[in-house]
Amino acid sequence: MADKIATREAYGAALAELGDKYDFVVMDADLAAATKTGVFKKKFPERFFDCGIAEGNMVSVAAGIATTGKPVFASSFAMFAAGRAFEQVRNSIGYPHLNVKIGATHAGITVGEDGATHQCLEDIALMRSIPGMVVINPADAIEAKAAVEAALNINGPVYLRFGRMAVPNVNAEDYKFELGKGVQMADGKDVTIVATGIMVNMALEAAKLLAEEGISARVINIHTIKPLDKDIIVKAAKETGAIVTAEEHNLMGGLGSAVSEAVCEGCPAPVLRVGIEDKFGRSGKVQPLLELYGLTPAHIVEKAKAAIALKK
Amino acid sequence: MEQAKLNRLKKIAADVRLDILEEVHSASSGHPGGSLSIADIITYLYFEEMNVDPKNPKDPNRDRLVLSKGHTAPALYAILAEKGFFPKEDLKTFRHVDSYLQGHPDMKGTPGVDMTSGSLGLGISAACGMALAAKIDGKDYRTYAILGDGETQEGQVWEAAMFAAHYKLDNLCIFVDLNGLQIDGPIAEVMNPAPHDKKFEAFGWNVITIDGHDFDQIAAALAAAKTVKGKPTAIIANTTKGKGVSFMENQVSWHGAAPNDEQYATAVADIKATL
Repeated sequence: MADKIATREAYGAALAELGDKYDFVVMDADLAAATKTGVFKKKFPERFFDCGIAEGNMVSVAAGIATTGKPVFASSFAMFAAGRAFEQVRNSIGYPHLNVKIGATHAGITVGEDGATHQCLEDIALMRSIPGMVVINPADAIEAKAAVEAALNINGPVYLRFGRMAVPNVNAEDYKFELGKGVQMADGKDVTIVATGIMVNMALEAAKLLAEEGISARVINIHTIKPLDKDIIVKAAKETGAIVTAEEHNLMGGLGSAVSEAVCEGCPAPVLRVGIEDKFGRSGKVQPLLELYGLTPAHIVEKAKAAIALKK
Repeated sequence: MEQAKLNRLKKIAADVRLDILEEVHSASSGHPGGSLSIADIITYLYFEEMNVDPKNPKDPNRDRLVLSKGHTAPALYAILAEKGFFPKEDLKTFRHVDSYLQGHPDMKGTPGVDMTSGSLGLGISAACGMALAAKIDGKDYRTYAILGDGETQEGQVWEAAMFAAHYKLDNLCIFVDLNGLQIDGPIAEVMNPAPHDKKFEAFGWNVITIDGHDFDQIAAALAAAKTVKGKPTAIIANTTKGKGVSFMENQVSWHGAAPNDEQYATAVADIKATL
């Protein structure tokens, strides 16, 4: 396994690299060192604008710039980009369908010690409820970097969700990112684990644990939560008969909800969900937090067995 | 300004006011009070000041206007129709389910609308973005925004005010339509945002206070704004809510109510009497 890299690191690096190839502007709200947009700022100071601690204004300013034809990346922590500035994202960017990419870092419980106020567990639900918004949650640095370029290549709003924690690469260096397409990471016939973000790696770990018990699990990476690749999910429901979802997000409104909707409409089958069970986060080191909130390979294994037991 | 020009502007502004009344009357809905209070400002902007071409509404070098107080869309639609961006007869479809004239401005559906607006406080930020984009690209277009006085109770207005001064957006000029009334009553009673001039000055803006119904003062303020370098300009325009319609002037109740047939006839007569 390669060295672990946080997806936010890949975000900053991708912006700096793509700045040579594309004409776009990057904005931040006093978190450039943490969101890693500072890497872009260093290379392209004339195309970087700090808005200070005023996320709502940043998002609406980004919209104004985008009306002139220039793509904008507006960055902050997920809590403030999707949470505090939700209404600006909806009304300034979403409704007029402007070419602004929200680069939201520090999503989820793995923010760690900063605790509940900074651990955004609702952003996927909020963002996917906005018509026309593309929602991407990359699993590793390779996918994150590719997602940034894919976002630039579509003319419209995109929400990019990045994490603080360093994560292992689950994709190969030559990985080809396809927006809106789920990726089958491992094949299996008894159950399918549909995961997003940091949970993809844990899903692969869970599949190994299940294999040791003679259970064959398919693993699907859903990096694009909206538009959702319904075909790969319905196919998995048909072929394996049971689904487990895994996400670092509240169970209400996130990947689990999106997958449940697709399965209910396309091929009803048991869907069990791993995620945050309608709670706020708390301070702590990452690993104990993941265990406390039920986001481990062991939790996925448990749900996978329960889902198989629900098969008719 | 010379009398002929003044008469022409007064005629257009009167037509704009008649259009506004027709829109809200046809819709049985909408915001006449604050639309009538900005009729003179928006008339001067579109017929004397702004470089816009109804045949090329997306010209990248055009001047821009963000109607930050988006609920007064009837005034914006009226001036765009008078200017020829779309047919005047379409004004009757305002707020109807099959119309492109939404209750609040929609840049995707309406020719000449530079920014979607309606949620208060968001428009001035978007105008900052347009002005900043001009700086980035070395373009010399100017960006205008019209804000309500009640709107300045939104914190985002002051985030944007800080931003515009920080980035020295001297190509940005905003109007604050100081008509003194908001839905719940006089602004001074609901949540007093005064003094606007001192607040914008403290935020680093060039501030000019005018009578927002006096074309000479509007013209002078806009001319002065263009000469100021390194600072955005806020024109604090003292206006009368419901201006021109006897029973609407200075009445809170006409913020967001449409006239019935009888009231409409009286209102039209009031405006026509000024011609």
